[in-house]
Amino acid sequence: MHLDHLPHGPAAVSADAHRPDGTRRALRIGLGGPVGSGKTATVAALCRELRDELSLAVVTNDIYTREDAEFLLREAVLPPERITAVETGACPHTAIRDDISANLEAVEDLEETVGPLDLILVESGGDNLTATFSKGLVDAQIFVIDVAGGDDIPRKGGPGVTTADLLVVNKTDLAPYVGSDLARMAADAKTQRAELPVVLQSLRGGSGVADVAAWVRERLAAWTA
Amino acid sequence: MTRAALLVLADGRFPAGGHAHSGGAEAAVKAGRITGAGDLEDFCRGRLHTAGLVAGALAAAAVLGVDPRELDAAADARTPSPALRLAARRLGRQLLRAARASWPCAELDRVAGWFPKGAHQPVVLGLAARAAGLGPSDAAYCALYESVSGPATATVRLLSLDPFDATGVLARLAPELDAVAESAVGAAGRAAARGVAALPAASGPLLEIMAEAHASWPARLFAS
Repeated sequence: MHLDHLPHGPAAVSADAHRPDGTRRALRIGLGGPVGSGKTATVAALCRELRDELSLAVVTNDIYTREDAEFLLREAVLPPERITAVETGACPHTAIRDDISANLEAVEDLEETVGPLDLILVESGGDNLTATFSKGLVDAQIFVIDVAGGDDIPRKGGPGVTTADLLVVNKTDLAPYVGSDLARMAADAKTQRAELPVVLQSLRGGSGVADVAAWVRERLAAWTA
Repeated sequence: MTRAALLVLADGRFPAGGHAHSGGAEAAVKAGRITGAGDLEDFCRGRLHTAGLVAGALAAAAVLGVDPRELDAAADARTPSPALRLAARRLGRQLLRAARASWPCAELDRVAGWFPKGAHQPVVLGLAARAAGLGPSDAAYCALYESVSGPATATVRLLSLDPFDATGVLARLAPELDAVAESAVGAAGRAAARGVAALPAASGPLLEIMAEAHASWPARLFAS
C-alpha cells in the first residue's frame, strides 16, 4: 500500500502486488500486436501448455464483438468462467494503456470469482505498432507480430516491437509463401531490442510455443519469489 | 477549493472508463436517429434535460453530503433500464478507483466498501468532487458536460463526423447547460433539506428502451 492510510473496501490502485486480504495477486501478462497476428491463437496455445500446472484466466479486449472470447470458449482452452471480455469503445489501445479501469475491474473480478489465480493473460484488441500495455495493468507484456504482416515490421520498430518484454514472430511456416526473410526479421529484432528476447513461433508447426511458455514460467517464478 | 481540480475531474482523459461508452449514441446512430451534427445536437439536448439533469442533481447532492446509499437507490429508481443501471454502476466503480488514487480520503474508501460492484456514476462523481474540494455546482457541471460530451465524441467515431462540427454542438449547448446546472443544484439543495424524493426524475424513455436493445447486440463498438 503506498497510500498513507489503510483503505476500507477494495484496494484503490491495482498495480499493488497484493490483494486487499494481503495475499499476493496473480501475475498479469499482456499480449498485444496488430490485427490477425495470432494473439488469440497464442493465448489458446499458452492455456493448453500451462493449464495443468497453473490456475489461469484470460481477459480479452475485442474491438466490436466477443469473437476472441468466443474463440477461446469454442476451443475449450479454459472453463467459461475463466474467460472475460472487455468492451473497448473503438479504442483498444486506450483500454490497455490510457484508461485501464475496465480491464482492472475484469482482472479483479476474475481473481474474486475463480481465484486464487497464478496467472491472468490480458489480450489486447488488434491494434497498431505503438500499442503497449500500462504498467498499472500488466506486469509483463508480449508483442505478437507475424511474418505475413511484412518482414520490415521489426526494422520499423515502434514501442511494441522495441519495448515488449517478449517479442513473438508468429506464422514462421508462412515465410516462404509470403516472401518474408526470417533471418532478416530476427536480425532486425535483435538490433531494435538489444538483450530483450525474441521467439520465432509457428502454431501450425508446433514450434516456439514451448519457448513462450518457458518464458512465462520464468516470469511467474520471479513474481512469486 | 482549487479551481484546477475541476479541470482534472472534468478532463475527458481522466481515466475512469468513459471512453468505452457512447451515452446511447451508438444505438441512435444505428437506428438512423443521428445522421449528422444537427441530429447530434437534438440528441444531446434531449440527454441534457433528462438523464443529464438527473445526473447533475445526484452529483451535486452527493457533494452536499446526502447519504450516498440513498442517492444510489434514488438513481436506481430513476433508471428503468437494467442495462443502463449496470453500465452506471460499472462506470461508478471505475470512477471511484480513479478518484481514490487522485484524492485519497476515508470517505471514498468507505464508499468503496459499501459498493464493491460500484455505485451509480453520478453519485461517485459528486463524492469525487467533494474529495477534490469542489462544490455542488462544479459536480453538476461535470455530470452535465459528460452527459453530452460522451455522445458527441462517440458520434465522431461512429459516423466519421467532422470533429469541429461535434465540438461546435457542445459549444452551442453551453448556455443551456448553464441553465440546467442551476436547476440541478437547486434540486440538490432541496434534496439535502427534505430528502432524495426532491431530486428530479426526468428520463428519456427511448434512451432506456434502446439501451436494452443495444446491450443485446452481438457486435458493437461501445459498451453502452
